[in-house]
Amino acid sequence: MIWDWEYTWEILPVLAKASIVTVEATVLGFALAATLGLLLAILRMSKSGWIAIPTAGFIEFIRSTPLLIQIFFVFFVFPEFGVTLSAMTAGVLAIGLHYGTYCSEVYRAGLGNIPRGQWEASTALNLSGYHTFRDVIIPQAIPPVVPALGNYLVALFKETPLLSAIAVLELMQTAKILGSENFRYTEPITLVGVFFLVFSLITAAGIRQVERWLGRRGGS
Amino acid sequence: MNAPDTPPPAEPMVRFDSVTKRYGALTVLDSLDLDVAAGEKVAIIGPSGSGKTTVLRMLMTLERINDGVIWVEGEPLTHVKRNGDLVPADERHLRRVRGKIGMVFQHFNLFPHMTALKNCMEAPCTVLKMPKKQAEARAAELLAMVGLGDKLQHFPSQLSGGQQQRVAIARALAMRPKIMLFDEVTSALDPELVGEVLNVIRKLGAEHDLTMLMVTHQMGFAKEFADRVCFFFGGKICEEGPPEQLFGAPENERTRQFLSAVLEAT
Repeated sequence: MIWDWEYTWEILPVLAKASIVTVEATVLGFALAATLGLLLAILRMSKSGWIAIPTAGFIEFIRSTPLLIQIFFVFFVFPEFGVTLSAMTAGVLAIGLHYGTYCSEVYRAGLGNIPRGQWEASTALNLSGYHTFRDVIIPQAIPPVVPALGNYLVALFKETPLLSAIAVLELMQTAKILGSENFRYTEPITLVGVFFLVFSLITAAGIRQVERWLGRRGGS
Repeated sequence: MNAPDTPPPAEPMVRFDSVTKRYGALTVLDSLDLDVAAGEKVAIIGPSGSGKTTVLRMLMTLERINDGVIWVEGEPLTHVKRNGDLVPADERHLRRVRGKIGMVFQHFNLFPHMTALKNCMEAPCTVLKMPKKQAEARAAELLAMVGLGDKLQHFPSQLSGGQQQRVAIARALAMRPKIMLFDEVTSALDPELVGEVLNVIRKLGAEHDLTMLMVTHQMGFAKEFADRVCFFFGGKICEEGPPEQLFGAPENERTRQFLSAVLEAT
């Protein structure tokens, strides 16, 4: 028989535990990506070329190099500069950074779509740059880009198995260990696939709820 | 004139001192000189492209000026005096002087994600650091003044153009400006909604000691409301004077042409 149910029930609790690490890495990584992305998008809009151009360069650099290399770099090369991070921290940092640059492009589209009149009204009311962004621009820029951000959340989630490359005990790494211990890969790898499928679907449904909620809140 | 009794001429509220504005090769305003006294109501008229809206936008610091100085209550708007020279001002100076000025736009520019009340509370709360309760009471009072006391919790999308523009007026007033700028505030409105907005401006003129500059196409309103009318043409003030004179007996040929064209259209 190709599929061994007994083995399946035996490894399920181990994988369930590992899935917590995967979810943690996703949540932390995306929190970092969403925050950093907004910051990068705002810096890139700066009127000062001294800020905008290096920011754009940084975004292009990160976006144009593979995530796996960045994960290796943070984990293995940062210690050379005296920054030693645990595998989990290094992994979350690299994923957050990588997806932060993608998110920044999404935010940039959202920010760019705000009519000039909103900025002018903010100036005329003497709002500071901080309050203009916090109260006027960002609340209008984010709801339309929630679907795009949601796509990146799912994409980021599905890339967390890359963390197995630096031995973070997330789902994929755990499945590989189980497989090599028992010489059976079918069940652990299949379960990991099913887990990702289920969680991706749940996340997508969650994002739709957020969109609907934001739509109602818009008041229109 | 009994010269000894007259007080020395007061500092103008606003002074444009040979202000020039260019967009590339195009000179929009050519060495403009204009004084506006405190409490004066000036209407700015002229054909499109004559630079009239630019005057307001420069005063609101929405446009940089290329040359000259704008003075607000004797203080340079975008510059500071340092060792007798005028040097470009920092953001802090800009925000302090800008605080004296409020502006109402052609397209309202209300914050669509905030209720009418919140639109009028945002700046007082964040800029003037007014306590929330106080800002809310004041916003409600101003909205009642513009006749929208029953629309406090409405979002801009739930209001008509005239109502939105009245919210925009209340929002600008909430910052207690000394100078109010009205940039073609009725141009985007359906004809039947123009009156309600003009009535609010009339009321403001009568009840508040505001200095007002308005760019308008409503000649009838300009005639009745303004103390002085400036006719702009080709980036310059072509003719100015009290409304009776400018509308009744314009001296300049261009003014005559413009007025007859406008009156023909209405």
